[in-house]
Formats: sequence, structure tokens, C-alpha cells
Amino acid sequence: MPEQLTDAPLSPKDSGLRIRTEVRAAAASSQEAREADIVIENCNLSYGDNHVLHDITMDIDDRRVTAFIGPSGCGKSTLLRCLNRMNDLIDNVTISGKIVVKGLDVNAPTTDVIEVRRRIGMVFQKSNPFPKSIYENVVYGLRIAGLNDKATLDEACERSLKGAALWEEVKDRLDESGLGLSGGQMQRLCIARAIAVEPEIILMDEPCSALDPIATLKIEELIYSLKQQYTIVIVTHNLQQAARVSDKTAFFWLGRLVEFAPTADMFTKPGDKLTEDYITGRFG
Amino acid sequence: MSLATSLRRGDPMIWFTGSALGICILMIAGLIGIILVNGLSFFWPGPLERVTLKDGGVFMGELANREPIPNPGHPDHLQKQRIQLRVGNRDLFGFDFKWIDEADIVSREQPKGVYVFERREYGPLLGTPVLLKEGEKELANTPEGVAQALAGLVAKASADRAAIARIEKGEIGAINYRIEQIRLQERKLDFAQRQAGPDASAERAELVRQTQEQKSEYAKRQLELEELLQKAATTYLTVKTADGRDKELRTLDIFRAYPANGLSWSGRAAIYASRLWGFMLDDPRESNTEGGIFPAIFGTVMMVILMSIIVVPLGVLAALYIREYAKQGMLVRIVRIAVNNLAGVPSIVFGVFGLGFFVYFVGGTIDQLFFAESLPTPTFGTGGILWASLTLALLTVPVVIVASEEALAAVPRSMREASLAMGATKFQTILRVVLPAAAPGILTGLILAMARGAGEVAPLMLTGVVKLAPELPLDGYFPFFHLDRKFMHLGFHIYDVGFQSPNVEAAKPMVYTTTIFLLIIVVMLNLTAIVVRNRLREKYKTGAF
Repeated sequence: MPEQLTDAPLSPKDSGLRIRTEVRAAAASSQEAREADIVIENCNLSYGDNHVLHDITMDIDDRRVTAFIGPSGCGKSTLLRCLNRMNDLIDNVTISGKIVVKGLDVNAPTTDVIEVRRRIGMVFQKSNPFPKSIYENVVYGLRIAGLNDKATLDEACERSLKGAALWEEVKDRLDESGLGLSGGQMQRLCIARAIAVEPEIILMDEPCSALDPIATLKIEELIYSLKQQYTIVIVTHNLQQAARVSDKTAFFWLGRLVEFAPTADMFTKPGDKLTEDYITGRFG
Repeated sequence: MSLATSLRRGDPMIWFTGSALGICILMIAGLIGIILVNGLSFFWPGPLERVTLKDGGVFMGELANREPIPNPGHPDHLQKQRIQLRVGNRDLFGFDFKWIDEADIVSREQPKGVYVFERREYGPLLGTPVLLKEGEKELANTPEGVAQALAGLVAKASADRAAIARIEKGEIGAINYRIEQIRLQERKLDFAQRQAGPDASAERAELVRQTQEQKSEYAKRQLELEELLQKAATTYLTVKTADGRDKELRTLDIFRAYPANGLSWSGRAAIYASRLWGFMLDDPRESNTEGGIFPAIFGTVMMVILMSIIVVPLGVLAALYIREYAKQGMLVRIVRIAVNNLAGVPSIVFGVFGLGFFVYFVGGTIDQLFFAESLPTPTFGTGGILWASLTLALLTVPVVIVASEEALAAVPRSMREASLAMGATKFQTILRVVLPAAAPGILTGLILAMARGAGEVAPLMLTGVVKLAPELPLDGYFPFFHLDRKFMHLGFHIYDVGFQSPNVEAAKPMVYTTTIFLLIIVVMLNLTAIVVRNRLREKYKTGAF
């Protein structure tokens, strides 16, 4: 979908955009089947009497970017939060069905929720650094896991910040507050924090919705480089973003999975009338 | 613009709100102004006036007041004036202040060569020094000669008093302390023996030997002290008062002497500064109407700090449970209402509770279990700084709970979610993210608690404050912090000096001065907490988004 890229609010001459086009082309050419990383079977969820998710069944590929799209309230964020059991924090929620992440049955009563969350990183809609220094923000996951060795922490901090493409901007002020960064930097700090514990999967819940186009561009570039190593699931309202960053896209509507297909296919020849209406902007 | 428009736009509202604020500011400024003026003028050494009356009486003193004489129903009601002189010489007159009708005065003058002597007892002595004797030998017998010798004499008296105090309080105090420890050990042995314990005659003999050793040491020091006293107490000064009486004064007892009418402006300022300084750092004398307020300052600060150390963990833990762990329901709502109501309970009620629970029950039990050898003299079973601090902690804990709860509630949900999504447990999230983020708000609660706690007097009167505490709750003897000791407190000191003093007129300005110090201490304690809070806020301030 190279023509989708031109919708980005930047000139095509922008070097970042060129790199992305190349990466995009490489990804499109290697569309061989990947092993499923996350298996969701008959997932149902309700808040009290409000049935939010209906029989979701899907497989999410290893080291691919999977985008969840759909109108507000369609349940895409809720499904994302099912994957690392963030819905546990809400009272009165009932979940049925099976979610298996890398062979770990997430909802099984014997599963340790801490273990699940340690293996699945999450980046939120609004960047939420802790009121701590940049350094302490990044190594937070390691500290709570009981790691206190200075050399290990330093190494992890540098690696994660480099991984989140933030190192060059903050390397001289690691002991300043994480809250003093710009919006885009804060979001990349949150990504660095998530990858510092070397998770297997990264969930992103509308990571760019509060950012300006340039910051968005940087995060998207980051997603490209991260997928070499991590399975990424991203919820987005921005259809162009879904087209730009994802390999596969899932369209949700009123709590049901309507269509789940390779992104290139979905945006060129949608298999469902609803999908077509949504991506062409007839509703949503 | 018409009145109707003005009314509709709400102009009168601006006037009303503005005037309300103005009145508040005026009242506060007036309060502080009156306290400052009355309190700070107290130490200023004014000139002495000698007044001769129609009936031949002569009085000399510092002008303290001047007011119209009330005589209701008569035409001269409030027409005539009278003056109040601080005549001093209480040992001669039996009073300190004297009201004199201006109509009775024949002459007023400011005589040269008169001195004010501040001394150990009976308040100031006013008069002309005429004779200085050492034993039977006259050192000087003219006012000028005596005046020349005075400065050296006062300095020597001060040094002598310090040396005496060193022996009395320091060395003899230490010996007394050791003798008391030995006595308690003996009592312990008695107790053990009564319960058919092993024979301890060897230890007992050792204790007796130690006691003897300490007693001989004591006798030596006593002798030393007497020698010193004899040497220091040989010079006597004779002062002629305004009405012509002679008063002999031991120079050792002179704290300060100055020629009241022969001082330059800077000389007066120096005396003022030294008096203010002494007031802050000296022990009280003359049932608190003279001397300083140092023990009260120390007691107040220490009690507030102790209270803070107790109240913060207690309040924060309680708030954490209510906000983070408890299921939000009917019970929590009732608890919250109860906590809020607790903040409105009159403080004397807490005092009664502290006396009944902490002092008698907890303290009494501790005494029976750990300090049985010193019974029937109570150790913890009587009022003390620990019980006072605990009572005040209880009194102020609702403030801390409410403020902490609000601070915890203000920590954004997204921050907790970030921590939990990293695989942190709830406990780790609270400890590492929620509490640091809530720390400034918790400190605000502490500031409010300290402001309230430092100003409370009623509960302290029941749980440990005394008019005069001979020892500070912190000293050089093991275990250094003596939490069982009674203490002095500025708030109580104000009450005591102002209303329980035998010399109310002289004590009145001290009430104001003590009030200033109480205010300064409350402000300083609060400022410290505010600075800490602002540091925390600054450290983690939210950047521009």
C-alpha cells in the first residue's frame, strides 16, 4: 500500500518516509505464513449486564504488527486489555473463552497475572511516565523484578532507550524527571520502559492519539523496527496509521470481529460491506 | 451607567467580596501588629523618671503606661490622666508597679547616675550605687567609682554563676544520677530475692561500695562548690533607692546593670538585643516571670517533631487502607464520616482520653512491667512528652488521613495502570509509584497537623506539660531521649505567665513576647515542611504537554 503512505502529513521527500517505504516494501514481499503467537478462542466479555465482546476468535502472528480498528466502543481496546488481564482491575467484569499467549493460558486460574504482564508489555493512549527520573522510569520493570545491580540496570537503560529511539535525546539528562519531556518523548519513554523487561509481546492502545504528526511519525518508525523482535498489537483510530504500520488488520464492530485479513488486502478489497463502509469513511 | 446595569453586572458583589477579604486581612494584621508591638517593646530599656508627690513621697521607675482616669458620673470622668511607673524594688515595696495621678505630682525629672540592676530574685532593683565592699574592705564609695567597677563585676558574676552551675548541674547532677541508678539496681536485687532468687550478696556489696564511692565524690564536689560560693559571694554593693533607703546586693546575684538615663541610642539597642537573646536562651526564673523561655521553646519543638513522627505513618497507613485496599462501600463511608468528625472533637476530650488511656493504662502497665523497682514513683505512669505527643498525634491524625486520602485519590489511574502493566504487584505499585506521587499532598496534611498540634494547650495540661521542668527531655545521660519526662510548652507558658503568675503586671509583656516566639516556631516548622514539599513538587513537576 505505498499510496497510503502519501497521506502522511509530510512531504514524500522526508527521509524518514523513504526509509519507511523501503521497510514497508520488504515486509510486503515476505508475506509467508508465520506461527501464531496469540490464540484467542471464543472470547466473551461483559461488564455487568453489558455484553461487550462476542465470541472473538483470532490468531495473532509472531513478530508481526496487528492493528485493531473500528469505531469507538466496538471493544477493540477491551480485547487488547484482555490479553494482559488489565480488565482484572475493573469490578464486575466476566470473561469467558480461552486466550493463549506463547503457550500460556492467560485466563487460567493457575496463571500468575504478574507473569502474564511481565511477558506482555503495554503502551497506553496517554503517555504515563512515573513521577521519577528518566532512568528510574526505564528500569522500573527490572527493579520491581528484584534487579538492583547498577551495571545491569545501566546497560538495560541504554539498550531500551536506544531501542525506543530516545537515547540520543535524553542521554545527558537521565536523572531529570520523566515528566519534563515532550509528549512524543514521553510516549517513547513509555515504550522504552515496556521493552526494558524484554517482553515477548507489546500491546499499544492508541499510542499516537495524543501526539502531533512528527511525534507520530517517530513512533511509527519505532514500531517498524520493534517488530523485528516483538509481536505488536496496536489499537488505532487512525486508518492510515493502521495501513502504514500493520501487517494484518482486524476490524471490529459492536463487539464482534467483522473481518481479519492482511492489511494490504483489507484496504484494497475489503471482504465485508461493513468494512468497506468504515474504511471509506461512510460511518465511524 | 445606570444602577440597574451595575446591579445586573454584579458590581456590588465585587465590593462585598473585596470588603470581606479586607476585613480578614485587617484582623490578622491587627492581631500580629498588637502582639509585635507589645511583645517587642518589652525589652527596650526606657529612661527612669523620678516623681515627687504632693505628700512628699518620691518614686522612681520606668514609665510603663499613661491613661485617663475613669470616674463615671463625675464631670471629670476621663478628664484627668494617671501614669504607671515600674518602680521595681519589690523586696522593699512589695509591689512592682505604681499608679500615680498626674494631679498629685509636684515634679518629674530624669536623674543622672541611676542604675537598673537585674538580679536573681525580686525583679529589678532601681537606684544609685553608692558603696562597693569586699568583706569589710571598701572598694569604692562614690557613685562614679562604683559605676566604673560595675562592668567588670557583672562579667565576673556571670562567669562565677556559670562555674557554679557547671558543678551543681553538671558534676553533682551526674553523681546524683549515678547514685539513683545504683539505688534502682539495689531495689531490683531486693525484688529478685523476694521471689527466692539466687543469693546476690556479692553484687549487693559491690553496689554498696559504688554508692560509697559516689558519696565521697559528692562530698568532694560539695566542698568545692562551697569554696567557690564563698569566694564569689564576698563582694556586696549598696544601692540607694529613690526614697532614700539603702539596699545591699550581692554582686553574684547581678545579671545585668545599666545606667538607665546615661545611655546612647546604640547602647539601648545593645541592651535590647542582649535581653532578647537572653530571653530566648535562658532558663526561667522567679516562677517564670523573669529569665528566658528556652525550655519551653525546646519542649514545643521536640513535642511537635515527635508528634509528626508518630502521626504521619499512622495517618498515611490508615488512608492507604481506606483508599487502596478497602472495598468502597457503606462501612468505608461510615469510617470516613467518623474520621472527619474526629477532627471536630474538642481537644480537651483528647486530653482526658490521653490521661486515662496513655498515662494511666499504658504508662501504668509499662511501669509495672519494666520499671517496678522505682515504684511507687511512676516513670511512664505519669504525664510525659511521649504521652503528650501521642495524644496530639491522635488529635491531628484525622487531618493527615483526609489530606493523604485526597492525595492518593489524585494520583492518576493511568500511572497505576502503567505500573501494574509492567508486572508490578499492587504493593509495589503503592510503594514505588503511588506514595511518591502523593508525597506532596501528604506533606500538606502534615503541615496542617503541625499547625494545629503546635497550638494546642488543653490536652497537654493533662498529659505532660508543667509550669517548670528542671530537665529537658533530651540530655547527655543514657538513653538521651527521656520520653517519660515532663516538659514545658510555649502555649502553656503563655497561660501560666499570663494567668497563674504572682506578678501579673510584670508578666503581661512576657505573654506577648512568648506569643511571638510561639508564632515564629509554628511558622518555622511549617516553612520547613513547605520547603520539603516544594522540593518534591519541583523534582517531579509535570512538564508542558
